[in-house]
Amino acid sequence: MNMEPEYKPRKWRVLGTTPARRDGIDKVTGQAKFGDDVHLPDMLHGKVVRSPHPHARIKSIDISKAMAVPGVKAVITGADFPPLNQAVVAAGEGGSVSMQDIADNCIAKHTVFYDGHAVAAVAAENPHVAEEAAALVEVEYEILPFVQDVREAVKDGAVVLHEDFVPGAFLFPTQKALPNAGRLQLAVGDVEQGFKDADIVVEREYTTATVHQGYIESHITTCRWDSEDHLTVWTTTQGAFAIRDFLASILNMQLSNIRVIPMEIGGGFGGKDVVYLDPLAALLAKKTGRPVKMAMSRAEVLKATGPSSGIYAKVKIGCKKDGTLMAADLYLLFEAGAYPGGPIAPGALCALTRYQIPNVVIDGYDVMVNKPKIKPYRAPGATQSNFIVETVIDELAEKCGMDPIDFRLKNATVAGDVLIVGMPVPPIGTVEMLQAVKKHPHYTAPLGGPNRGRGVSYAFWFGAGLTSSCELHINADGTVNLATGSADLSGTRMTLAMQAAEALGVPLGDISSSVSDTDSIGYTFQSVGSRTTFATGYAIIKAAEIILDRMKQRVAMIWETDVANVDCTAEVAGIADFVDRNDPHRRMHFKEVAARMDETGGPISADFTANPHGVGFQIAANICDVEVDPETGKVQILRFTAFQDVGKAVHPDYVAGQMQGGVVQGLGWALNEEYWYNKEGRLANASLLDYRMPTSLDLPMIDTVILETPNPGHPFGIRGAGEVPIVPPPAAVANAIKNAVGVRMNRLPMSPGAVLEALWAKEGKPASVKVA
Amino acid sequence: MAKKTHVETTLNGDAREFLVEPRQSLLETLRDVLQLTGTKEGCNDGNCGACSVLMDGVLVNSCCVLGVEAQGRTVETIEGMGTTDNLHPLQQAFIEETGMQCGICTPGFLIASKALLQKTPNPTEDEVRLWLAGNLCRCTGYDKLVRAVLKASKAMEAA
Ligand code: FES
Ligand code: FES
Repeated sequence: MNMEPEYKPRKWRVLGTTPARRDGIDKVTGQAKFGDDVHLPDMLHGKVVRSPHPHARIKSIDISKAMAVPGVKAVITGADFPPLNQAVVAAGEGGSVSMQDIADNCIAKHTVFYDGHAVAAVAAENPHVAEEAAALVEVEYEILPFVQDVREAVKDGAVVLHEDFVPGAFLFPTQKALPNAGRLQLAVGDVEQGFKDADIVVEREYTTATVHQGYIESHITTCRWDSEDHLTVWTTTQGAFAIRDFLASILNMQLSNIRVIPMEIGGGFGGKDVVYLDPLAALLAKKTGRPVKMAMSRAEVLKATGPSSGIYAKVKIGCKKDGTLMAADLYLLFEAGAYPGGPIAPGALCALTRYQIPNVVIDGYDVMVNKPKIKPYRAPGATQSNFIVETVIDELAEKCGMDPIDFRLKNATVAGDVLIVGMPVPPIGTVEMLQAVKKHPHYTAPLGGPNRGRGVSYAFWFGAGLTSSCELHINADGTVNLATGSADLSGTRMTLAMQAAEALGVPLGDISSSVSDTDSIGYTFQSVGSRTTFATGYAIIKAAEIILDRMKQRVAMIWETDVANVDCTAEVAGIADFVDRNDPHRRMHFKEVAARMDETGGPISADFTANPHGVGFQIAANICDVEVDPETGKVQILRFTAFQDVGKAVHPDYVAGQMQGGVVQGLGWALNEEYWYNKEGRLANASLLDYRMPTSLDLPMIDTVILETPNPGHPFGIRGAGEVPIVPPPAAVANAIKNAVGVRMNRLPMSPGAVLEALWAKEGKPASVKVA
Repeated sequence: MAKKTHVETTLNGDAREFLVEPRQSLLETLRDVLQLTGTKEGCNDGNCGACSVLMDGVLVNSCCVLGVEAQGRTVETIEGMGTTDNLHPLQQAFIEETGMQCGICTPGFLIASKALLQKTPNPTEDEVRLWLAGNLCRCTGYDKLVRAVLKASKAMEAA
C-alpha cells in the first residue's frame, strides 16, 4: 500500500459540524425522485419469466401464447442477445469480473442455476398484462440434480454446476481447484510448530446462513432506445458507470452510446452495483421502439439478486497461557452462488488481520452452489469470518482467565506490523480503541438480572480507494457547483460538499452538490467499499487546490504582480482570502475574484480524477448486553455500544447513523436473517415477513463512540466509515449469549430454535423438537 | 385489459375523481394513475410500511388496499403532510435528527408517525418502537428515527 503522507493537520471550519442535509426536504415531502418515480411518455412495462427449478437445462421456450395476449409488445429470451464484446472487465483493486457470468445471470441461455434465474422477459402496456403474459411463456426444462450446501458441493462426486469456469476474482483472484470451487491460500510461519508451542488450543466448526442486503427499494430501471441508436437508462444503482460498462458489453455497444442517469437510491449496501434488469429492459426498448420500465417484486429481489455468502468454517487457534497468540488454522468454505466470485478473499484477509499471530494458514474456497450469484454486502466476507474468529478468541481469553479486552490488547496489531498479505498496518488507533472499550461505563455497568450476559467483539476492514471524478465550477456570484459521479446512498452529497467548502475556504451554503450522469462527469467507480467520502472527497480536495491556484493567477493579473506573490489563506484561516505576500494589507476575497472572472479570462472550473491508495483501514468494536429466555431461546438485545475509528468524522451525525445502521444489520445476521430453501431447492421465505429483518421493536438505542486517528492517506485524515460497523455484532452477541446462559453458539442466525438446541445440548437433553 | 371504475375521493383535502381497474391497489393508483409518487413501494405485500397512507384517518398499507376502496373516503399521503415552506413538525424533526439515510422508507415512517401522534400525542420510546414495528428501515438502525418522533411529539406539545 502506498502510504504517501497526504494528511495535513489543520483547524477545521466545516468538518465535524452537523448541518441539516439538503436533500432532506425532498425526501420528507416525497418529492425526491427514485427509480420507480420515472414515468416516460408511451412507456411499456416489463416482467421477467423466472425458473422455478434450482438447476435445469432449458430445452425449449415457447412465447406464442404470451405474444398473443392483447397489449403485449415483445418477448425476449437469451437467444435475442448478441455475443459479448468483452469477456472480462476490471472491477478495481486488481479484481475482474467475468462478463459472461454477469450476462448469463441476467438471462439464462442454456441452463438455469437457481430458483428465480431469469429465462425470458415480456414488455406490455401495463405491468399486470406483462405479468399475465409472463405466466404464459412456456419453458420446457430438463431438471438436473442440484447442490445448495457448500460442504456437499466440495465433496467428490458432487453435482457440478459449470464444467468449465473462470475462477472468481473478488479483490484477489482464486485458483481453480475443485469442480465447484476456486481456492485461495494464505500462509505465514510454521503452523504445526506454532500449535506445538501453544498451551491452549481451541478448535470449532461453524455455519452461517445466506443473508440479503435487504434494501427497501427493489431493483428498478427504465430504458429508452432512441432513433440514433443511443440508449438512455434511468436506474437505481450504486454505480452508473458500472451499469454503463456492463450494458455495453452485454449489448455489444460502444460506451459513448449509452447514458446512465442515476436516480435517488433506496439503499444498496453492495447489492446494487451490477445489472439484472437493465439489459432486459434495454433490449425490450430496442425491440418495441418504446421506453420500457422494469421493477422487481420483493420475492424476485430475494430470489434473484445477490445475497451474501453463507459459510462453513473450521477454526483452530492456539495461544500461550499468558494469552500470546501462537497459531491459527482456518478452513473456509464461502458460498459463491451460481457463478464464481464470492467474498472469499476479503473474508480470509479480514479474518485475523487485527491480531499479531506468527503462524497462520488460511485455506479458503469460493464454492458454487445452486443459489443466486453472491454479491458483496457491506464489508463483504468480513462479518462471517469475524464471527468465527472472535468467538474463538473469546473462548481462549476465558481459558486463559483473562479479561477479553486485555486478551485482544495483548495481541492487537499496531502501525507498522505486517499483515498476512505483506501489507504494513498504517497508523490507526487499535490500542486506543480497545482501551476506550475498557474504559467505557458500559463495560463495567451491572447487568441486573438472571440470564443476562455481556459480550465484546473487535473487527477490521480494509476499505477501498479506486477512481473518482469531480468537477468544480465557480459562479460569478462566488457560489460553487460541485458535481461528482458518486451515487449518494446515505448523505454523501453533503459530506462531499463539506470537504469542498473546507478545501476552498467558502461557506458550506455556497456549495451546490450533485450526482452527475455518465455523459456529464469523468469515470467514477461505484459507491462501494466505504470509498465515497474518502476517495471522491480526495478528488474534490485536489480539484479545489487547482481552483485556488487558478484564482491566484487571476488575482496576480488584477494586481499586476507575479503569481508567486499571491497567497491564499484557505489552509490557514479556513477562509479563502487572497493576500499579497509583500503587502499583507492588500487582500481580495474569494467572491471578489469570482465577480471579476470575466475580465480576467473567463470562468474558472477544474476537474480532477483521483485514484487514492491510502485507504487507511477501518476498525470497530462492540459491547453488547443480552437477555436470553431459557424457555424459548429468544435473545433480547438490552444495551449496545459501538466504537469505530473514522479518521475524521466529516459529519458526526451521519457517521453515527452509519454505525447504527450497520450494527442493526449485523444484529439481523446475528439473530434472525437467513435464506430457507425447501427440499425442491426453492426459496421458501421470499418475503419481508419471513425473511425477518430487525424492526424498531427488536432494538434498543445504539450508542456510538467515534474515534479519530487521522488517516495519513487523505489530506483531511478521513477513512471510510460505511462498512465495518456490520462486522463485529454477531460475535458480540454470541459472546454475550455465552456469558448469559453458558452456551457457545457456532451458527448464524442464533435464532430461538438454534439457541434452544444449544441449551438442550448443554443440559444433555435430546432435541425433542427438530429445529433446523 | 380489465374495465375501469370511476372513483370519487378526497385526496389530501381536495376532491378528486379518477378511473381505476378494480385490481389496481391504492398504492398503484396513487403512484401510476394520479402520479403522486411520494408514497413508496418496498414490498407490495404489506410487510414494510413504505406505502403507508391514512384512509379516513386510519393508518393503512396502501399496497393492501384497492384503489376502488377509496370511493367516498378521505386519503392522506405524504404530499398532503407539509410543504417545503411549511414542514410538519415530524418532517422538521426527521431532517434535524438525521432520521433518514437513503430516504425510501421516510414517507411511510412519517405517515405512520403522524398516525401515532394523533392517537398518542406523548408516546414513550417503547410505544414509538411498537407502533413503528410495521415500518422497515434498513439504513438507520431506527435510533435516529425514534429520536425524531419523540422530538416531534415534544415540539407539537409545546406548539
Ligand atoms: S409496499 Fe406496502 S407494506 Fe411494503
Ligand atoms: S433510510 Fe433507507 S430504508 Fe430507511
